[in-house]
Amino acid sequence: MDELLQEFIAETRETLEALAGEIVAWEADPTDRARLDAIFRFVHTVKGSCGFLDLPRLARLSHAAEDVLAAVRDGRRPADRMLVNAVLAVVDRIGELVEAIDAQVALDDSGEDLLIAALAEGREIVVQAPSPTGHRAATRSVRLSVDLLDRMMSGMSDMVLARNELARRVRDEHPDPALEAALERLSATVADMRETVTRTRMQKIDTLFTALPRMVRDTAASLGKSVTVTVEGADVELDREMIEVLRDPLVHIVRNSIDHGIETPAARRAAGKRENGRLTVSARQAGNQIIVEIIDDGAGIDTDRLIAKLAGAGARNDRDLRALSERQKLDLIFEPGLSAKDEVTEISGRGVGMDIVRAAIEGIGGRIELDSRRGQGLRIAIHVPLTLSIIPTIIVGVGDQRFAIPRQAIEEIVSEDAEAIRIDRVGSAALATVRDRRLPLIDLSDSMDLPRADGTRMLVIVGIGIGSYVIAVDTVHDTEELVIKPAAPAIMACGLFAGQTLPDNGCPMLMLDCSGLAADAGLTFVREAEAEDSDTVAETLGVDALLFRDIDGRLRAIPLAAVDRVETVATERIGTTGGALRLVVDDQIIPLVAGGDWTAAPAIDVVRMTDGVLEMGYAIAEALDIVTLPEDVADPVVPGLVSGVTLIDGEPVEIVDPFWLFASAGTGGAAADTRQPVCAIGRDPWLRGFVAPMLARAGYRVVEGGVGVAADAVLTLDPTASGDAIRLTDSRSDAPGCIYRYDRDAILSAVETRIAGARR
Amino acid sequence: MKDLFLIAHIAGRTVAIASEQVGSVVDIGEVTPVPRAPRLVRGLATLRSRVVTVIDTRIALGVDGEGTAARAVIVRVDGHDYAMLVDALDDVSAFALHPLANGTALVREWRAIATGIVERDGEPVLAIDLTRLVPRAAMAA
Repeated sequence: MDELLQEFIAETRETLEALAGEIVAWEADPTDRARLDAIFRFVHTVKGSCGFLDLPRLARLSHAAEDVLAAVRDGRRPADRMLVNAVLAVVDRIGELVEAIDAQVALDDSGEDLLIAALAEGREIVVQAPSPTGHRAATRSVRLSVDLLDRMMSGMSDMVLARNELARRVRDEHPDPALEAALERLSATVADMRETVTRTRMQKIDTLFTALPRMVRDTAASLGKSVTVTVEGADVELDREMIEVLRDPLVHIVRNSIDHGIETPAARRAAGKRENGRLTVSARQAGNQIIVEIIDDGAGIDTDRLIAKLAGAGARNDRDLRALSERQKLDLIFEPGLSAKDEVTEISGRGVGMDIVRAAIEGIGGRIELDSRRGQGLRIAIHVPLTLSIIPTIIVGVGDQRFAIPRQAIEEIVSEDAEAIRIDRVGSAALATVRDRRLPLIDLSDSMDLPRADGTRMLVIVGIGIGSYVIAVDTVHDTEELVIKPAAPAIMACGLFAGQTLPDNGCPMLMLDCSGLAADAGLTFVREAEAEDSDTVAETLGVDALLFRDIDGRLRAIPLAAVDRVETVATERIGTTGGALRLVVDDQIIPLVAGGDWTAAPAIDVVRMTDGVLEMGYAIAEALDIVTLPEDVADPVVPGLVSGVTLIDGEPVEIVDPFWLFASAGTGGAAADTRQPVCAIGRDPWLRGFVAPMLARAGYRVVEGGVGVAADAVLTLDPTASGDAIRLTDSRSDAPGCIYRYDRDAILSAVETRIAGARR
Repeated sequence: MKDLFLIAHIAGRTVAIASEQVGSVVDIGEVTPVPRAPRLVRGLATLRSRVVTVIDTRIALGVDGEGTAARAVIVRVDGHDYAMLVDALDDVSAFALHPLANGTALVREWRAIATGIVERDGEPVLAIDLTRLVPRAAMAA
């Protein structure tokens, strides 16, 4: 069964068990707000999950119950006995349905309409829901508390340390090969176990992302919108606990983006956008954080509407709200009980969203950032701390102490006396010039008040998002994957460390906080946020294309949609046939276009393109990048290879027109599905060897045979041939119907005339 | 009513530590220093695969000169484990806790941790709350 569904069943079952007490308490005291909220959250969660798991019956039930409970919460309806009974009946029913799904048995849906009807005001339940089926499928997975995993992990680390000590003693005191072999085996098992145990805590963020495409599709479809979702960075690893915490917020945000952010196709067209909305969900590690970004190209947040809503609900004073800065206005989206949309929808509900989302993120020490551009889109960035995650690090040494630096932050490591490295003292500061980059330099021994060891320093170039700088260290030791935990408050307060860890040697180590280190040293970077942002907006609009350097040295780009792949082929596989280049590849011959001299190199890169039927190649010097083409492209003067010119990073780039390429290469044949005119040729080696290929290149199917072959045109060398056969002669003659056999143009035009005649 | 106390020597004085505060008593091995941390943070040490922050109680109490103590009492504060260095440990026994006698003049550092007096073989021993010696984030700033 679907893993997501399993998850949903397990979760619902668990919540229901926990909820049992709440339900009884609520029944006893329907005015108990806390109980009401608990039940409301339950049905809301079920509703949310059903949306993308495609469980319409559950969705209907939970939506109905949520409506009623919302009315009670708002004070629009009293929680009388009948209402309580009806809600409880629905909750019971949800439990039964979930069990039925798990056991994969059908459950009669009669009575569900009545259950829902009973929720309406003043109705008594007349039908008792069918009794539980009694099926409860055997559980296929065990849900463990993270605490247990923690203990397992800590026990594992103990084991590693004990193993290390044992190994040391064996080596020092009882050097015995048999003992060492046994120890070796133990070590291997321990290493294996450790990896497994570590894995139980870590999960690729992919587990969060896999459900998205389906959810986006379904959500968009139910709203009559069309949204393309792109998922990036799915292999970033996160602590399982973090993933669990992120799950609901991510779903909420994505749904909100589709429901409130991305406009209807008609509205998008009117706004001059493509009808297809774009949603990008990405995860990446930046410094000591993991950033999950959800970017849409919708309408952005309408702060005026937000203010109107909040003021309208009487929660806040209109004038106060208008006086807020734009950023503060955006943050109003996190106000409790706010729904940015006027009508309640099945998708994003009634404002249970963003306040809860923010609370969840902040609960794990994260934060959430909004960047909204009215009419252009919204970017939501969730920053979660890396602590608890396993981080690949590089261990550096200063004096006799070691520190870990997150590998993700490191751009490059060079030796101080390497070529093209210069270090200058500028006033009190130091600057390192690494090739053509000039970067501020911090000596870690200064930052840490540690004595510097003699010898050549190593320069670690780190990037902290807003800029890069160099950390000079004495030595670079090793790379190691470490579990980083927060250090004691007094240590974290130094602002230099991102956490502490226990590497394999059993000596505690601190991980450097690269941003903190830069701040401590007084480095300031000019933030180019505005420029960056306008880039993002431009990116959301264009077409993706492969940027490459052509053989003639020009920068060109081909729309990615036409590109199948890029591969290197030996130039000996390229040949000229009929004046056109042909490439032999994968046991077929495809047309090739080359914009310059390709013969010099033994091998050449070829962009394989396909239009679905035909394939062709385009020889290039090198593939450079995938770029997004801006929409303002200068039109070419005449249609041809190049469909336009645009600027990418300040350089003119010609855009290759795949349509023109295929249109001009299309004569090469292979359009086998349309009826090809047939040319019959007489049985003659010269005809077969010389004329047949020429005809084939011109797009005819050539058959050999005499009279009686079904053909549109017949060519023969026999001067006595009858009928309308084209007779080829050895010498130029004026005889009607005769053509000199080396008059290529005349032959083709005669064939064309015959075929036109035959078609008529 | 009597409670269990651990009798220890800290900064040259005998003290009684409420036993529920004491996670364990350990010998501290190698300590990794933490550069630029407050001076009372001696560094980090390993305790059965956990990293503990080693606190020099002498410095925390404002007594001059770093101690050479290698034994420590482990306490847990806000999810972090701390090894509080002690000069020596005596034993654990039950005592009745009495309020501090009037006029017991303690300096600020001692006053901050004192919780009362226990009577041990006729000798008054200061009962202390060891966790109050743990530096809070604000202290380091």
